[in-house]
Amino acid sequence: MSAAELSSRTTDPSAGARWLWPLALVLLVLLCLVGAAALPWAFDYPKGLRIPAQRWIGAFVKWLTNEAAVGPIRFSDITRFIAAVIDVPYRAALNLLSTGFLKGEGSQAIQLLPPIPWPAVILLFGLIGYWVRGRATALLAMGCFLFIAIFGQWQSAMVTLASILVAVPIGVIGGLLLGIAAFRHPWLDRALKPVLDLMQTMPVFAYLVPILILFGFGPTAAVVATLIYAMPPMTRLTTLSLRRVPSEIDDLGRMVGCTRSQMTWRVLVPAAQDALMVGVNQVIMLSLNMVIIASMIGAGGLGFDVLAALRRLDFGAGLEAGFAIVAMAVALDRLSQAAAVRQRSMPAPGPWHRRHPYVVAAILIVTTGYVAGHFLPAVRHYPEAWELSTSAFWAAAVQWLNVNFFDYFEAIKNAVLLNLLVPVKRLMVGLPWAGVTAFLAFAGWRVGGWRLGLLTGALSFLIAATGQWEKAMITLYLCGISTAIAMAIGVPVGIAVAARDRLWRAVQLIIDTLQTLPSFVYLMPVVMLFRVGDFTAMIAVIAYAVVPAIRYTVLGLRGVDPRLIEAGRAMGCTPRQILFSIRLRLAAPEILLGLNQTIMFALSMLVITALVGTRDLGQEVYIALTKADPGRGLVAGLAVAFIAIITDRLISAAAARTRERLGLTTH
Amino acid sequence: MTAPATLICRNVWKLFGADAERRLAALGPAPSLEALQGAGLIPAVRDATIEVRAGEIFVIMGLSGSGKSTLVRCLSRLIEPTAGEILFNGRNLLTASEAEMIEIRRHKMGMVFQHFALLPHQTVLENVAFPLAVQGVDRARREARAREMIALVGLTGRESALPRQLSGGQQQRVGIARSLAVEPELWFLDEPFSALDPLIRRELQGEFMRLQSVLKKSIVFITHDFDEAIRLADRIAIMKDGAIVQCGTPEEIVMNPATDYVREFTRAVPKAKAVRVRTVMQPGVPADRNAPSVAATATVAEASAAFLDGAAEIAVLGADGTAVGRLRREDVVQLLLGGSEG
Ligand SMILES: Nc1ncnc2c1ncn2[C@@H]1O[C@H](COP(=O)(O)OP(=O)(O)OP(=O)(O)O)[C@@H](O)[C@H]1O
Ligand SMILES: [Mg+2]
Repeated sequence: MSAAELSSRTTDPSAGARWLWPLALVLLVLLCLVGAAALPWAFDYPKGLRIPAQRWIGAFVKWLTNEAAVGPIRFSDITRFIAAVIDVPYRAALNLLSTGFLKGEGSQAIQLLPPIPWPAVILLFGLIGYWVRGRATALLAMGCFLFIAIFGQWQSAMVTLASILVAVPIGVIGGLLLGIAAFRHPWLDRALKPVLDLMQTMPVFAYLVPILILFGFGPTAAVVATLIYAMPPMTRLTTLSLRRVPSEIDDLGRMVGCTRSQMTWRVLVPAAQDALMVGVNQVIMLSLNMVIIASMIGAGGLGFDVLAALRRLDFGAGLEAGFAIVAMAVALDRLSQAAAVRQRSMPAPGPWHRRHPYVVAAILIVTTGYVAGHFLPAVRHYPEAWELSTSAFWAAAVQWLNVNFFDYFEAIKNAVLLNLLVPVKRLMVGLPWAGVTAFLAFAGWRVGGWRLGLLTGALSFLIAATGQWEKAMITLYLCGISTAIAMAIGVPVGIAVAARDRLWRAVQLIIDTLQTLPSFVYLMPVVMLFRVGDFTAMIAVIAYAVVPAIRYTVLGLRGVDPRLIEAGRAMGCTPRQILFSIRLRLAAPEILLGLNQTIMFALSMLVITALVGTRDLGQEVYIALTKADPGRGLVAGLAVAFIAIITDRLISAAAARTRERLGLTTH
Repeated sequence: MTAPATLICRNVWKLFGADAERRLAALGPAPSLEALQGAGLIPAVRDATIEVRAGEIFVIMGLSGSGKSTLVRCLSRLIEPTAGEILFNGRNLLTASEAEMIEIRRHKMGMVFQHFALLPHQTVLENVAFPLAVQGVDRARREARAREMIALVGLTGRESALPRQLSGGQQQRVGIARSLAVEPELWFLDEPFSALDPLIRRELQGEFMRLQSVLKKSIVFITHDFDEAIRLADRIAIMKDGAIVQCGTPEEIVMNPATDYVREFTRAVPKAKAVRVRTVMQPGVPADRNAPSVAATATVAEASAAFLDGAAEIAVLGADGTAVGRLRREDVVQLLLGGSEG
């Protein structure tokens, strides 16, 4: 919240203007009821005035690929060069983990060195686990990778791991450098902010096509897409955490005579280390989340297996590959979280091998692995005879469910569709764009000042003007219903667990794990049971978006100052009164932020549900992807981003306002 | 008697607010507090002039928000003063280039912070060696020096502890050791003991005096605690609203407060704690040759213990150990009974 916005809010005559809200609502309803005949342009945006953004963007991308040049160097040469640079570490990681080092091409290739044998990889992860936390983490990490091996996913998993191993360091270092630059130069920070907003709210599908055109089909293009998706949080967290470094530490650095680079690398970055490690964890998890989508533009591995299985409607195979991604996500998440809070210990004095016992152990593991692999084929490759497959079991289970319960599922689905989804959809699609735009502008002005009003109005107008209005309304209807249901589940659950420590810890473990799952994973079981359509999409979105609803409710309730609750009790409030008039009231800003997050989660999931046949903006983006039409995809993608930005700004401003009104300090 | 000045700060102003330099100049040579505030500027330091002599403890005392931290940050040029002159060993710091300032800070200045400012992920040893690491001193030499400093502040054995494993008092000892690692000539301490419990604070004050008796640094010590100022200072400057209202030895300030504001502080402090023996002693030597003796620089409160055996007079010794005068029981009693009333 900028100072200007704050001051414009404090100057507006909010107390006397309560009747403005009902008035605006009444005007909107009036327009809906009587306007259709009188003002047809308010309902259907005039075709002649449309902004041909699709054409512009398409032409721009074409120009970028074919003509744009810096001096003698063509832009597409630059992108191909970047792809080639990323390809080097990727090849190395892939050789090491999956294909082995080869000499020669194609079928004449001779293997110089096989990939690291699977038991050695598992032990290496165990070693890392032991190093960052202890035995339990080591066992967990080894268990996860053993699981992958046992279920026959090793080869694919190593391909995926190779691309993660490349994407994460680039994402972390890139985000860190960008964040530091933004911290140092306020102008860059201001310029970067909207870009990061767009990067984070734009559906990934939307920029796959331009990336495909610029970087070519293949794993490196997939890494680039992953970076665009996973880098923004690192950048933001870096800038934020550097700002939070106590000013005394800053003074200390200058007093001991640090140069500019010493200041950054020896004082500020180490002092912000804890927060930065959270960023690293985020990059890892977001990269894993991208695994399946990235396989659409050429990343092989587990993502490709899931996608291929989904296309074949082979749920068993899809689930197995999906579980493997989950296992990898759980292992990498726990390892990086443990690394973030790792207690440093002083190295033992003595010769090199004493001071670096873990490096020695790692070398021993790898060499022993290679030697053993030379003699034992079972070490070289996980033997097929040891593989388990549950794929047949899952297929049978789904079939059984469908045979025996098909009618029930259909009945539930149809009842919800007819009574809830269809009417709401009809209502939303019938709303006049002009009225909604005006109302959003009004809402922005009321909760956040005229700047916010201008922003929300303009973005809403752009959605209409680029011809996305109807699809946007379908997105909004699905998102709205899913969010409402997710909140209706999440808030009561949050209330129920907030006061019980033990229960909350258990729930926390569950929702933490749920959050590490790639969003695609949610789609699979739902599709199996309910097939395609809006209902399926809704269930998947709810399952994905309920987590933040629970989390923020609990955080809000637990954050309420216990003295206020005591005071309430002393005044003789009933438990019910304490809950409603003290705890929920004071937790309101936090719960509002939870709502915000729930909507953001719902939107990001909604785009993916295009795969199950929704008719919204997500579908538009997805069609553009299959037709390789960059203009169409980006315009629809921008519309999704605009919806996200409008809701985010409105709710954040409302939360800040509530917090101010309740006299809680803003942080 | 007066040592040469290490640091001279003349007519230093620090105003926060846009375009402060030009607007200060526009307001004339000595604008009043109201004029400055009227112009929308935040006057943090107003026309401060002080002189820190070699080897002395110069205390800047004032209530919260009076501008102490801002002044000391101007002295080390962590922030740019709006106007004025700061001479360090005769060299005007405000005209020094950034590279020169880095050199001066690296070798000539040390600073201790109120909240310790230890780097959380470094061990005690690494924290203390940090200023040397920044200078590029090799590991063996800087660690040897750091171990020396750690021993000096009595933390031997905790070298490999992390800051969060230490108590507040121990953390500040690390801060002190770190600031001394480069053998600074000028030592800044910004409320070093304010974040500590009273008992620990007293302990560290004693430790600080012991260190200073060995090291003889030129010290700028910030505090908001008048007791602490009296206890430690060779000279005190009292600040209010960014201006220095009185500057002098603890005795001068206790005996002759310049304004009502200063008198308020002195009221709560027993005079005997501030007044030195040399001020109230009489010429000559005590009649009793075996009378106990006391240093001329001790406070009267410290000397009063010597009268417990019933002596009517005690000998006063100069710095070289020879008798320079005598202290009479009735003078002490009068000062003690005169008590805290100004
Ligand atoms: N960066 C800044 N911008 C604006 N005003 C400031 C800034 N730094 C300090 N001030 C103001 O200058 C005045 C003096 O602050 P300073 O921190 O020097 O006080 P202090 O005597 O050290 O107080 P404390 O005992 O609380 O540390 C205060 O009114 C403060 O609000
Ligand atoms: Mg201060």
